[in-house]
Amino acid sequence: MSDPARFIDIQKVTKRFGSVTAVDAVDLQIARGEFFSLLGASGCGKTTLLRMLAGFESPTEGEILIDGQPMAAVAAHRRPTNMVFQSYAIFPHLNVGQNIAYGLRKERLPKLELKKRVDEALEMIKLSGYASRRADQLSGGQRQRVALARALIRRPKVLLLDEPLGALDKKLREEMQLELRQLQESLGITFVFVTHDQEEALTMSDRIAVMSAGNVLQVDDPHSLYERPSCAQVAAFIGSMNFLKGKVRGRENGHAVVEAEGLGTIRAEAVAGEFGEGAPILLAIRPEKLAITDSAERAPLDNYVGAIEGKIAAASYLGDRSHYYVTLPGVQRPLAVAAQNVDRETEGWLQSGAPVWLSWQPKGPILLPAE
Amino acid sequence: MSTIARQGRGFRAGYAFLYLAFLYIPVLFLPLFSFNSGIYVAFPIQGWTLKWYGTLLVNDRLHEALGNSLEVAVAAALISTTLAIFAAKAFTRYRYRGQRLSLGVVMLPMVMPDIIVGVSLLILLNQVGIGLGLHSVIIGHTMICLPFAVAVLMSRMEGFDRNLEEASLDLGEGPVATFFRVTLPLILPGVVASLLLTFTISFDEFIIAFFLSATDTTLPVFIWSQLRFPQRLPTVLALGACILVFSACLVVFSEWFRRRGQVSAGPGVWS
Repeated sequence: MSDPARFIDIQKVTKRFGSVTAVDAVDLQIARGEFFSLLGASGCGKTTLLRMLAGFESPTEGEILIDGQPMAAVAAHRRPTNMVFQSYAIFPHLNVGQNIAYGLRKERLPKLELKKRVDEALEMIKLSGYASRRADQLSGGQRQRVALARALIRRPKVLLLDEPLGALDKKLREEMQLELRQLQESLGITFVFVTHDQEEALTMSDRIAVMSAGNVLQVDDPHSLYERPSCAQVAAFIGSMNFLKGKVRGRENGHAVVEAEGLGTIRAEAVAGEFGEGAPILLAIRPEKLAITDSAERAPLDNYVGAIEGKIAAASYLGDRSHYYVTLPGVQRPLAVAAQNVDRETEGWLQSGAPVWLSWQPKGPILLPAE
Repeated sequence: MSTIARQGRGFRAGYAFLYLAFLYIPVLFLPLFSFNSGIYVAFPIQGWTLKWYGTLLVNDRLHEALGNSLEVAVAAALISTTLAIFAAKAFTRYRYRGQRLSLGVVMLPMVMPDIIVGVSLLILLNQVGIGLGLHSVIIGHTMICLPFAVAVLMSRMEGFDRNLEEASLDLGEGPVATFFRVTLPLILPGVVASLLLTFTISFDEFIIAFFLSATDTTLPVFIWSQLRFPQRLPTVLALGACILVFSACLVVFSEWFRRRGQVSAGPGVWS
């Protein structure tokens, strides 16, 4: 029995293709039963890392252990992992039942037992009665489920999913996110999920590793990743973020006092390390943490600071909320502001060019290292 | 429609007609004169008959030659297609040093004159003491069939999602079982097309067979030997007509089979 917190242990794994380093000395530990996501833009190395877990690629350097077993000498077809491919890879010459039963040949089950297992799997993916359908008679969502059932019927220790929801339309994708998460919780199997969709990763994962250019930038639970990003790159990749250049001026009640362009001297929380006085930093604040009003008097008072005057550069009305870009004097890029349209009368109608006032709670802005 | 456009269309239709006439009228003379009751291939046709087809049925040397040709063609088709499966897999599934060079070398016999292949093999096989006979024809035909088989199978292998083979490995099947459970069923239309195509190539081939068959004549060599006797020409015409129809059917069937397979398992299914 291995350490459950290191059920999958990726140790200093590097993968080079010729002169290109796809994965660069990555260290990752994934716990037993965890829903773990590898998140990043295309080409960041997340799929290569997944393929190394599956055994389709072998690391140039470093080692991968699954449940305490080193995987270097274990071929893909002997690993305790199964994969759901981005293209689903449903065998076109076999029907749905044969596809699902494909990986059970070596178990040499009696016919009845085999049929029972397949029927159970079909029931799990809500496709009972589809066993004799051909693959090309299935919709995208149904294929995705068949691929899932085909992998899970082997009762793997780890299920690897390579952007399995990418080809589905938005509504179906949201349904499948929920279903996948419920399935994972009921089966207790470790899921490693590759995606470029940050919302998808936030919705489903216990923890997320954000990757860029072959490196892991941060590993954290969704809440920490969003509210306490370790660097500007992560902050910009997860959701949207306003960055203002600034300098540290001192400390006060556990907060840093900084001078930031456009906002003057304000307090902010340092979430990624400590900064000495005079250090150049980035002040980061998310669009939804800025409150916007059309007059200084109406700016929220309790627990809010600021009320800095600006001008609306662009506005878009989205129904439930509105997005604004606000130019502040002395700031190059306009700040993004997201406002919930709580009041039917007075909100959501701010137009371009209108003078507005921005305020925020003291805990809103955070400090990140300047790049 | 303008006059120029109408003239252009008339010209193109005329060109197409001449083109087809040039290609096929000579070929059609063969079956036409096979029904002529006179023995000379000349107009006017003296009368209609099926007797030349009747002589086909009672000619022992012809039957022997036909048997030899079938044996050679089946062997050459099976060997070249089997070898081509491995070659096509190597060319489409792996990347290695010298890949383009090796592909070029495999495809080269396609443009090499058959007479060179024939003479070279004649010298070589005699030198190494293998000798001549049907087996040497099979070797020569396998050589010239291989590039066609590789071309057919490569297009088939490139046509399907590589993830399918990875999925099979992922589901616990080793490389050999993966080949038989996934790769082979998916390239089967290509395999059948390749078998039919290479069979036809070998069955019709004359020059290499002429050099290498020694006393075991194949059908084309037999036909050639008959041309010296004018009274036997109508029988040869009847035989030629039969081969023509048979070959045409085989090629059409192989092409139809290849395309049918592409439609049912082509990339379109995956998108």
